[in-house]
Amino acid sequence: MWQIFHKLGSPKWFFGIASTLMPWLLVAGAALLMTGIVWGLVFAPQDYLQGNSYRIIFIHVPSAFLAQSVYIMMAVAALVTLVWRMKLADVFVTAVAPVGAVLTFLALFTGAVWGKPTWGTWWIWDARLTSMLILLFLYFGVMALGAAISDEKSSARAVAVLVLVGVVNIPIIKYSVEWWNTLHQPATFKLTEKPSMPAEMWVPLLLSVLGLYLIFGWLACLRMQTHILAREGRTRWVKELVQARGN
Amino acid sequence: MHPIRKKRLTIVLFLLVGVSVAVALTTYALRQNINLFYDPSQIAAGEAPVDVRIRAGGMVEEGSVQRDPESLKVEFKVTDFTSSVLVEYTGILPDLFAEGQGVVAMGRMDGNGRFVADQVLAKHDENYMPPEVNEALEKAAGKRAAMPGATGESSAGY
Repeated sequence: MWQIFHKLGSPKWFFGIASTLMPWLLVAGAALLMTGIVWGLVFAPQDYLQGNSYRIIFIHVPSAFLAQSVYIMMAVAALVTLVWRMKLADVFVTAVAPVGAVLTFLALFTGAVWGKPTWGTWWIWDARLTSMLILLFLYFGVMALGAAISDEKSSARAVAVLVLVGVVNIPIIKYSVEWWNTLHQPATFKLTEKPSMPAEMWVPLLLSVLGLYLIFGWLACLRMQTHILAREGRTRWVKELVQARGN
Repeated sequence: MHPIRKKRLTIVLFLLVGVSVAVALTTYALRQNINLFYDPSQIAAGEAPVDVRIRAGGMVEEGSVQRDPESLKVEFKVTDFTSSVLVEYTGILPDLFAEGQGVVAMGRMDGNGRFVADQVLAKHDENYMPPEVNEALEKAAGKRAAMPGATGESSAGY
């Protein structure tokens, strides 16, 4: 089992796997995401209270979901960086941090746009909104720290420690609506119970969440490949690859 | 696992546990500030300070909304089904404001147990449904309410 694990750490091996996976991830992800969003925005029924404005949920929930999942994945990679010193894990963290930041911003932005007509305010300092804002700053911090240290190894370790320290924020985001009084409502989707919305609303929502996961997978592969090429530019296999593509 | 890696793993786990404990203690100490609003029960129990800007949150009690025909002044009761607090507000209410809906009001308690609000926000719950379903639910509820005799009789009859 450790054999596979160590093989996974080889940038060259990953580069090949990513190339084969990417078209599938892109096609399946785009199909799911488009179906989910078009279904949700055009065909799903209105909400009895909010009318059409609730439809922003089909963008808000997938991006908020992913924003947190991406951070958890980064934390796992950071653990691998610190314990096993695997280069590829650090490549993952630096490659996906901007993606996570964009998703977090999207979740905050769509939430504000929805909050104005629904709650009556763009922003309120309740526990859910504030912890989500902290997540955005964590992503910015990871990006800045990674860029500030030029030595690859020390940069990887510093970033990994920051990512791991920040992971305590994730359960706070998740449970903020239960631990404290917040303006933000509790989760509509729960792992253990059935969702508090009818199937014609939650099926498109689930499709767009799954689609966004796959699109993220595609984007992560693409960005990791770019980072690998930049870092391994001096190795033989990269030179050979570039020559082969050039002809 | 290699002993060096095991050692590193232990250090990382210690780091995680340490940070979690620190954050847990901090948020626990600050819980009064993190809570966005006071429940009507907390206000009734005197936990909310008087003459300080606070938020009060809960459900708008059914049949409690009274609008002043001359101005934008509104009075309603906010309840958590244990106690309720009377809220006074002058201004435009959000679209989602209705009896039986959640609200969060910002303002201060006056000495007589009235909450004078200067901002009222609607709180949405996690339930979504199409309008037809809601109509059907309300119809069913209305039928039950319209025939109190039927349920009353059956319970009395037995």
